[in-house]
Order: sequence, then structure tokens, then C-alpha cells
Amino acid sequence: MKTSHDLWKSLLGKKIPADWGREIDIFETEIQLRKQGKLDEKLFAETRLRRGAYGQRYDNGQRHDGTKVQQLKFPSGELTKGPMTFCDAPGMQRIKIPIWGMNAEQLETMAELAEEYSDGIAHVTTRQDFQLHFIHIDDTPALMRRLAASGITTREACGNSVRNITACPYAGVCPDEAFDVSPYGRALTKFLLGHPDCQDFGRKFKPAFSGCKQHACGLTNIHDVGAIAVGKEENGQLRLGFEYVVGGGLGAVPFQAKTFEIFMAPEELLPTTQAIARVFARLGEKKNRNRARLKFLIKDLGLEKFQELVREERKILPYDPRWTSLIEDELRNEEKPLRAGGECPAGGSEEFQAWAKTNTRDQKQAGYTVVTVTLPLGDITPDQLRAMADLARKYTHETVRTTVEQNLVIRWVSKKDLPALYQELKAADLAQGGAGHIFDVVACPGTDTCKLGISSSRGLAGELRKRLSEQAFRLDQAVQNLHIKVSGCFNSCGQHHVADMGFYGISRKAGNYTMPHFQVLLGGQWENNGGSYGLPIVAIPSKNIPTVVERLTGRFAAEREKGESFQDFYRRLGKVATKTMLEDLIKIPDHDSKPEYYSDWGDPREYTIGDIGTGECAGEVVSLTEFELAAAEREYFEAQVLYEQGDVQKSGERAFRSMLTAARALVKTEFLDVPNDADSIVAEFRARLYDTQKFWDPFAGGKFGQMLFLAQEKSQDPYHAESAHHLLEEAQLFIDAAHSSYNKMAAQAAAPKAS
Amino acid sequence: MEIQHLNVKIFAENSEGVDREKFTPVFHGWIQDQSGDELLLDVADYLHVPAGPGIVLIGEAADYGMDETGHRLGLRYNRKAKLEGSNNEKLTQALRSVLKGALKLESAPLLEGKLKFSRRELEFSINDRGIAPNTPGVWAELRGDFESFFSKAFPGNAIKMIPNPDPRQRFGVSVQTERPFDLEALLASL
Ligand code: SF4
Repeated sequence: MKTSHDLWKSLLGKKIPADWGREIDIFETEIQLRKQGKLDEKLFAETRLRRGAYGQRYDNGQRHDGTKVQQLKFPSGELTKGPMTFCDAPGMQRIKIPIWGMNAEQLETMAELAEEYSDGIAHVTTRQDFQLHFIHIDDTPALMRRLAASGITTREACGNSVRNITACPYAGVCPDEAFDVSPYGRALTKFLLGHPDCQDFGRKFKPAFSGCKQHACGLTNIHDVGAIAVGKEENGQLRLGFEYVVGGGLGAVPFQAKTFEIFMAPEELLPTTQAIARVFARLGEKKNRNRARLKFLIKDLGLEKFQELVREERKILPYDPRWTSLIEDELRNEEKPLRAGGECPAGGSEEFQAWAKTNTRDQKQAGYTVVTVTLPLGDITPDQLRAMADLARKYTHETVRTTVEQNLVIRWVSKKDLPALYQELKAADLAQGGAGHIFDVVACPGTDTCKLGISSSRGLAGELRKRLSEQAFRLDQAVQNLHIKVSGCFNSCGQHHVADMGFYGISRKAGNYTMPHFQVLLGGQWENNGGSYGLPIVAIPSKNIPTVVERLTGRFAAEREKGESFQDFYRRLGKVATKTMLEDLIKIPDHDSKPEYYSDWGDPREYTIGDIGTGECAGEVVSLTEFELAAAEREYFEAQVLYEQGDVQKSGERAFRSMLTAARALVKTEFLDVPNDADSIVAEFRARLYDTQKFWDPFAGGKFGQMLFLAQEKSQDPYHAESAHHLLEEAQLFIDAAHSSYNKMAAQAAAPKAS
Repeated sequence: MEIQHLNVKIFAENSEGVDREKFTPVFHGWIQDQSGDELLLDVADYLHVPAGPGIVLIGEAADYGMDETGHRLGLRYNRKAKLEGSNNEKLTQALRSVLKGALKLESAPLLEGKLKFSRRELEFSINDRGIAPNTPGVWAELRGDFESFFSKAFPGNAIKMIPNPDPRQRFGVSVQTERPFDLEALLASL
């Protein structure tokens, strides 16, 4: 949509790492191919998801405007970017912020992108990513180039891939940690990004790190794999390692992670995770996406069997020197302070004192503190991002990280600088207190932008935030420390299971109308890395939820015993008594007397569930072979373009490469570790597919396979116009044959076996 | 140099008396009518963010927002899709769009006539740092286009153009007129 696309490629070319630049070029070509109808919509959907370009509410081309359903007439008509997803409909761009956080330049880039491509807001998610909304697909390559030039890739931010690898934002500075997990997290991030063993999952795969067992910040219990820093005494020596947990996850069916290994040596971290990825890719569910996460595989196999399979896989993994070298490299990258540490000057305004109490946390390094910058609902403006960049430069070595509570932290602030930093944050409207307090409500995007949203999680969170912050410091201290988390539906992106009070969106029928509701969950534990999950108590109309919070907190404050936690209090009170105290709030008022109950928070339209679309969280299940065949098609397209541009040498080379990619795709169905050089691919193809006649065409026999052998023989000769043209024709035939061959294999695999 | 992706903001005069929450139903009403030039899609509420984009009416080719940037409430028109034509035509289109929006808001029954826009000041910016980074060079190139556009738009009214001096901000110019201009007359003249 923007006119400056091509400019960014030339302006930033040299600043973008070559492999990232090539990946973005490929994605740009894939957009073109999709627009020309040469790339299947399902395949393109998974491709864009793996680049973080996600669908958004109403992208199926219809929206209820409060009175009627409008069909949205986009300029490119029926052209889609995925099943039931119109090309011109705005989408969301997810941007992974890995464990190392963000530097000042990256904050400034984010500001520019939010301003130029989005609606003027950058949003921090519960998985420590950034999201920009209302992005046109045509703008994504330029946006990705600008991110890449500042050192951020969006690769594998969505889709069936390894998602952002997260860690506690205090890693390395927390007084309670066993050791700094950041270098290990960074190493795993680098190792798994684009790893061939992670390209054939049935669903996403989320790893997380924590420096300790007792706090919440890493939330390892809710992740597919989690590594918790631990130390153990051995022969009088302290050995550092990880308690490694697997199979956690929220969603509609939440699972607590189980211990896979009580103590894992650091050098085993990368290969074991790789082995798990392989087992997950091989045995994980692919058809039923509701059961495709790792947690279900572990449940079905049993933990012991799963451990056995992973250990067997681990034994046969080809050795990779990066298992240790990446960690060694990262251990050398130590964060350092910019300014000398010290003590915070005594005094200061009451307002400053209140802010410092909730928004600073002492580091283990004397004289330094971590400052939390509270972002309401995780939202930040471009001007605020620039202010953050300035502060990060002025007070630290640009050490800013994102948090699961949708805030930012500035690490390594000298305590001496706190009053000045506070004033500067205040000038940028970034000095809101109450970080991690009851009114620092966490919420997923919900009906604001998510295709699956049922109720307005952000609307409710905003309302609770407003009401609770008005009473903020008058509340009992025990109430101030509670956590509220809201999801727009049962999928739990707002992490409602691990809150003192969790809410997720549902709807209820009331005569001819539908009314937005939230299911109330109590008993969830935020501490201990999300140590236990809340259970649903009762469904309540959305508009009554603030009263629910008021009653639950009021009774807790009034009747709790000394030192009693919120969870213990409501366990003691019992589910029946708890439900009874909310009974009157369950009642659905009729439409005529209380019409406001029939619209959601922050949305005056008459409520409907008609806008719910098909989610893309699960991505499209596209096999590795289909992906690689699509890559062959794209290379073939590039070969055609090069030919048209008169570069016959490169055209011939690219056409040959496209044949190799198609051949490798088929070989990988039998031999995942096939090397990527032409000789190995052709040799494996010959042995496994040609000599066995699996690749043979019913009419043409082995003709198409022979085209590959001939192309390889001639690949060292220079190409000229005629030979390149000829090869282009053969490459197309070969790729078509590879598709037929794969379809045949898939049909055979699906056919019922004769007993 | 070709201008694209213009933003124009017209400032509210009496922001204290304005109930911001009412912009949401007003903009939803605009979507129901779809009577404007662009396809309107959704409303995004950022009132919880101080000095943020406020309430944004998201469109396919352009957004309208009751924007609070710099703690100054105003209607911002943000052209997203490419436009054909001369720079003068693009400036005209953007100004026309923001004026139409402002007049519609001033007369919106839900707002009870409480919102009034400034008749002396407008802010233009180019929302694309690729084509227009905020440099003195770009200002030197575009100054003439802006000058000639403003002198035609505000005949007989002395104008002051103030370019945005912050290189990290988008290229922008604020225009102030000596005498108040009439929104309807200005719109009619474009
Ligand atoms: S919890 Fe539901 S509504 Fe919220 S972002 Fe996830 S899928 Fe969407």
C-alpha cells in the first residue's frame, strides 16, 4: 500500500543480514505469486503466518455494524491471502522480541512502524512480543526490512513453528535466581530459528526459561518446554543446570508442565530440545488441530514413553557443534551498566515514592534497580517509544525488555538516577505506578482485533483498570497485590488460568438476543511459574464483572485470616458459598429494561457473535514437503523473472536449484537429514525415488527424473538463452511431477490398510 | 518530489468540555452509513493511552482519528492508499477529507454541538519516511508546493508555515492563518 516499498530495499540493503534479506525477498515474491494465483491460499497463509503476518477480525469480508451485516468490498475483490481471508483486509503483524530485549534503535524503529503502517499504537503481548494492528499485507515486506535492519526478525512469530522463546525479564539481575538464563535462552533462540527439524509441526511450540522456581516471571509451567535454572551440590562443588519441564500449556484444555529431567546439564539443553522437536514433528497430531500441541502427545504416549522416545532420538542426532558453541558465545555477551551504581537520594515527592515502591525492583548487583514502565493494556505510542529510546541511551546500555504483564522494564538503572528518570518518564506519560498491582490488568486483544474473540477483553480490562486505579492506594495491601487477567475466549491468550481472578469471554442467549459474558475463574496461581490453574466458578454478564471484582476483593479484605492468600481464602470459603455471593449478578436482565447489557465494553454496537471468524492461531497444517515444493515453485518463478531480465546464467542456475528443491522435498519424506548439496540430493533422489520407480509417471515412466539427472550433468556448463529456456521448461515439468508424486504418496498413506 | 500518504490534523478548540467516549458511537455511525469516500472498517479505542491516537476510525484507504498526540485533541485524516495526481491535488484531497470530517463531527447530534475545531491552524504531515524523511532538503523541495497550495486555500489571509524541526518525527508543517477561516467556505473553495 505504501509507495516507498522499493526504496526501503535499496536504502537498507546493506544493513540487513544477507540471509534475512533473502528470506524477505522470498516472502515478497510469494505475495506476488499469491496475487497471480500461482500459490495456493492455504500454503500462502501458513507462509505468511510463519513470517508473523496474521489475520485480523473482519478479514473474511463481513462485519456486523450493529444493525446489519455489511459485506466489505475491498479493492482487490475476492483475492485472498488465506482461506476466507481477503487480501486487502488489514492484518496483524507479530514481532518477536527475543530474550535479549530491545535497544534504542529498535524502539525507534518500532515507533516509526507503528506510525507509518499501523494505527499509531504498538502493543506488547503476554508472550513478550510486540504486535502492530491494521497492517496491509503489501506493507509487510518493507516493514520486515526496516525491522531486520535494526536486528529484529519476524520469522516464526506465528504459525506452526517455534514461537518466541521467552524468559523472565529480570534474568541476570534478579536476587532470587540460581543463575542468569539469558545466554542459554539466546543460544536456544538462535539454534531453533529456522531449524529444519522445526518446520513440520502440527502446531506451535513455545519454550520458556526461568531463573527460579518460585516466582512467576518466566511462567515455565504453561509452556511446551520450560527450563528452570537450578544448582546442585556434587562432590562439594556447585553444578548449574536446568530442571527441564515439558507439556505445559493453557488454551481450552490447560495442562501443567511435567518434569522431564530434574537436572539437565547446560550442554544437553539444545540437543534435547532438538530431539523433542523431532519427536513432536514425527508423532504429533497433524489433522486435529485441537489436539496437536505437545501436551496432547505427551498425554497420549505417557511421560515415560515420551522420555524414552526423546532419549532414543537424542542418541541418533547428528552431532552439531553449535550445541555448545552458541552457548559459549552467548556467555561472553554480558550486560553491563552505563553509569556508576549508588543509592536513591532520600526524600522525593509522595508521588515519586509511591511509584518507586511499585515500579522498581532491586537488582542483585548493589546500587542498581530495574524500573518497570507500566503500559496500560500493553499499549505504547510512537512518541513514548522514542522517549524510551532516549532514556535507555541516557541511563543504561540500552537494556529494555518486555514482560508477560505487557509492560517494559529498563534494567541497570543506577538508583542515584531514579528521581531524574522518574521525571523524564513522567514527561513522556510513562510514569504510571502500580506495576504488577491489581489494576495492572492483563488482556489479550479479544474482540478488538482477534478473529476468535467472543467478548471484549480489552474493553473489560480498561474498565477494571479505570475503576481500580481510582481507588488504588486505598485498597487493602493484600488486594493491591492481586492479579487480574482477561481473555476474549477460552483460548487463554490473556493467561486467565494463572491469575487470582481470571476471566474469559463467552456468550449466552437471552430470548432473541445474545449477551456477552465472562466466565469467572478463581484459584489460579501466578507465582511458582504459574503453579496452579484457576477453575471456573460461574458465568456472569460482562457488564456485571466490575461488581464481581468489587465483591470478591471486598470479602477477601474483610474476612481473610492473617497471611491468608486469595487462593486459600476462596478455597476455605468453598465454591458454593462463592457462587452464592455472586448469584444475583448471574441474572440476565431483559433487553428493553437494560439494553446496555446487550453491548460489550467499549463497543456500542448491539452484541453479536456473528463476527467470529476462523482463527489462525493453529495455522494451516501444511506438510514440510508441501512447503518445500512451494519453495521450488517460487525459485522457478524467480528463474523466469531472471530470464525476462536477460540474466540467463542466473536464470539457468535458479531453474536447476528449483529442481533440486523439489527433489529434496520428496527425499525428505524418507530421509530428513539429506545434505543440501546437489550431488547428495540427486544421489538420494535416484536411490530412493527413481530406482524404486516411486517417482515414475504412469505414462512417461522415468522421463521427468531423467531431466534432473541431465540438468545436474550440465550444471557446470555456462547457460545461454536457449539452454536456460529449455531448462525452464523442464524444471516446470519436473516440479509438476514432484507434486503428482507427493500426492500419490499422500493418497497411499491415507488409504485404509488391508488387514 | 511526489507527496503521498498525507496526514492532516485539525485541532479541537475546547477539548476540556468534550466527552471523548462519545466519538466511538459517532464513528460506528459513520461505518453504518458508509457515506464517505473510503470504505470504513472498524473503530479502535486508545483513550487509555495518554497523548495517544485516541479513538481511530479505521478505513481501508484512510483512517480518521480523534487524536490526542502532543496532548492536543484534533481530527486526524491519515491517507494510507496511494493517490494519483499532482501534489496540489493530493493536498486538496486530504484537506477536503479532514474538513468534511470536522464539519460532520461538529454537527453530530451525539456530541451536542460541544466540539468546535480551530479556524486558524492545521497540521500537515507525510506519513512515509521512505519518501519524505524529515530533513531540511525535503522541506526545501516541498516548500513551494505547500506555499502555493496554502495561498490558494487562504486567499488574502496571511499564513505562517512552521516545519516540524524534530528529525525523528515525520516530515510535517503546521500552518497558521492570521484571521480565522470558515470551514464550510474553505471546503467549498477546494
Ligand atoms: S484468547 Fe481468544 S480472543 Fe483472546 S487473543 Fe486468544 S484467541 Fe483471541
